[in-house]
Amino acid sequence: MATQPQAQFSQAQFNQALKKYYSVYTGGFIAFIIVLAIAEQLGMPNRWIGYVFLFATIALYAVIGIMSRTADVAEYYVAGRRVPAIFNGMATGADWMSAASFIGMAGGLYLAGYDGLAFIMGWTGGYVLVALFLAPYLRKFGQFTIPDFLGERYGGSTARLIGVFCAILCSFTYVVAQIYGVGIITARFTGIPLEIGVFVGLAGILVCSFLGGMRAVTWTQVAQYIILIIAYMIPVVWLSVKLMGFPIPQLAYGYALQDVTQREQELIDDPKEIEVRNIIKERAAAAAAALKNPEASLESQKAAYEKHLAALHAINAPPVQIAQAEAAVRAHDSLETAKAQWEKDAKLAARANPPKRHAEAFSGATPEARDTARRNFLALVFCLMIGTAALPHILMRYYTTPSVREARKSVGWSLFFIFLLYFTAPALAVLVKHDVYHSVVGTSFASLPAWIEGWRNVDPTLLSLTDFNADGVLQLAELVLGGDIIVLATPEIAGLPYVISGLVAAGGLAAALSTADGLLLTVANALSHDVYYKLIDPRASTKRRLWVAKTLLLVVALLGATVAAQKPAGILFLVSAAFSFAASSFFPALVLGIFWKRATSLGAILGMVAGLGVTFYYMATTQPWLREMFGVTSSIAENTWFGINPISAGVFGIPVGFIVIIVVSLLTPAPSAKVQQLIEHVRYPRLRGGIDTTMT
Amino acid sequence: MELTEKHQEYWRKNLRISAILLAIWFVVTYVAGFFAPQLNQITFLGFPLGFYMGAQGSLIVYLAIIVYYAVYMNRLDKEYDVAEEE
Repeated sequence: MATQPQAQFSQAQFNQALKKYYSVYTGGFIAFIIVLAIAEQLGMPNRWIGYVFLFATIALYAVIGIMSRTADVAEYYVAGRRVPAIFNGMATGADWMSAASFIGMAGGLYLAGYDGLAFIMGWTGGYVLVALFLAPYLRKFGQFTIPDFLGERYGGSTARLIGVFCAILCSFTYVVAQIYGVGIITARFTGIPLEIGVFVGLAGILVCSFLGGMRAVTWTQVAQYIILIIAYMIPVVWLSVKLMGFPIPQLAYGYALQDVTQREQELIDDPKEIEVRNIIKERAAAAAAALKNPEASLESQKAAYEKHLAALHAINAPPVQIAQAEAAVRAHDSLETAKAQWEKDAKLAARANPPKRHAEAFSGATPEARDTARRNFLALVFCLMIGTAALPHILMRYYTTPSVREARKSVGWSLFFIFLLYFTAPALAVLVKHDVYHSVVGTSFASLPAWIEGWRNVDPTLLSLTDFNADGVLQLAELVLGGDIIVLATPEIAGLPYVISGLVAAGGLAAALSTADGLLLTVANALSHDVYYKLIDPRASTKRRLWVAKTLLLVVALLGATVAAQKPAGILFLVSAAFSFAASSFFPALVLGIFWKRATSLGAILGMVAGLGVTFYYMATTQPWLREMFGVTSSIAENTWFGINPISAGVFGIPVGFIVIIVVSLLTPAPSAKVQQLIEHVRYPRLRGGIDTTMT
Repeated sequence: MELTEKHQEYWRKNLRISAILLAIWFVVTYVAGFFAPQLNQITFLGFPLGFYMGAQGSLIVYLAIIVYYAVYMNRLDKEYDVAEEE
């Protein structure tokens, strides 16, 4: 099936075949899980289960990737435009949901409560804009990349080149984070170091895309969606049955939330909790003071701790307390160890606050603080939505449907498949919180649940416990959970066998691989199609174009993996920044290009530059990591506008982009008749006697 | 080619439905978001309503908007004879 043209099959036959293949595939995957579950009961070690999941799923993607190899340009760039709405929806879902959505989302909601919902709303509501303003028109336009549209609509290579620059800016930082995510998952489940795990993961990414471009990526993404949604749902449903006695967590968790809200109040007022929070507060304050005058503090503090230890010995205090006091004395043996300890303690200050109320919107001590929280919430939702509707790796997917009609339906399917995970994540966060507040907090250290014991030895950033008040009982303020643990530990919290933990890892891997593939293709295609074919050598043969495309794909992938292996600081910020960048550069130019015939080339060029420029300027002057990079010395406070966080910088860039395009367009002569005709062409699914822009 | 009056009407209808749906999107997202603390006073299916809208309600409305638009436009294409050949 690899290279022969498939035109002899009708679209209906093709759809039937696809449904059959993927039903068999899903059944086979479930059978595979059951076989592994039986093997586990028969004594297969956990490590082996991890290996089998990792390598079996990657091998599966490789088979699909190799079967979908192609030597046809339209197959390589847009999967031959034969992808039915529902399958394009699944592929978009996998393309969209990254490792951060799969592993981090529920944890983020656990930690942030209502405020975290900005991501849920932003990353789904953006599809409304895709459906109403972009997908059907881009499909009618029917070329290969987003810069293609900018190039045709705004004539000439400048608009195209700016589009290429923006596409690479947004997608490359994003792909680095995905490769990093693949590396982390590979490392955790096989025990190989992250630096090598990154390159193992890279092999998994390349088998999906190298031989078949968009065609291979599409069909592996559908397969990856099926795995990731099964892996997400099974543990949550099981947990819901265990905690609520009801298998639909999304409906049942309202009552769990009521319970959590009540428990929060008890924990806020609990005298033991207050005691622990005060100990933490005092220790943080003492450490901060000591750091100001280290030499003098060392002597006095060491003396104080020795005195405390002596007093404990005198009253025959429990061994836990004596061990703690001894450790404190030892920490003050030298100035370096003492300083390290103080720096650690000073950071405790963040933990001295009472627990956040999960359902409370826009918390803050003063009305001004609450107003700022609300402004930031709404601004973030706005940037994430517009960014969603402007990220090239998503928009590109709507070039692959057979018709405008299917493109419209496909946006609905996309959101449906994304919705399944996104309306489950808040439920999972509440259910885990319910369990933690009831069966973990208030339990004695000797009888903590097995999953807490298991994970505290794995990684202190995921889970750590300290008995501050040495009462032998765990208070909430003594427990630190990292966001990622929520999804990773759910199978154990729900009391499921290890095979389900392996399944969750395979799901996380599928999410990271599928997103990485979509992004990688966007970057490589921008270079091979828009720069090489369109600008450097428009007469290149098909064979040469594909050779260039595949070589660039390899180069970009290796570059991404090399950057990821350095574990760059600030990578997480850059990913969220990608939304603001995409929103302020692409969105105004694309939407006005379709809906306003008067938008001119110069207007769009200046608008994209101005929108991106304002966004970038705001980030560079208010985000600590970027400030350091650019040597900004003025204070953050004086650069901040309306208290908006740097992550939402697009809220300024997007309006600037629109205004500049409109003003400059009105000052320049209207676009040519040819451009007017192009706009009419994309507005109607079929226009008798119209032009044809479809690229084959 | 010159667009007929019928073509113009198709486009106007498209703009109208897009504007209406966008307005619904705006209310569900930003008006409901702005008043989330107030909506949280109301209980819906066991949830504080403000939280429910952020976690589920708005998502359901987004999905409904997209599905309605697809159905409406695919019908409008046929009605105005601009639908693609099967």
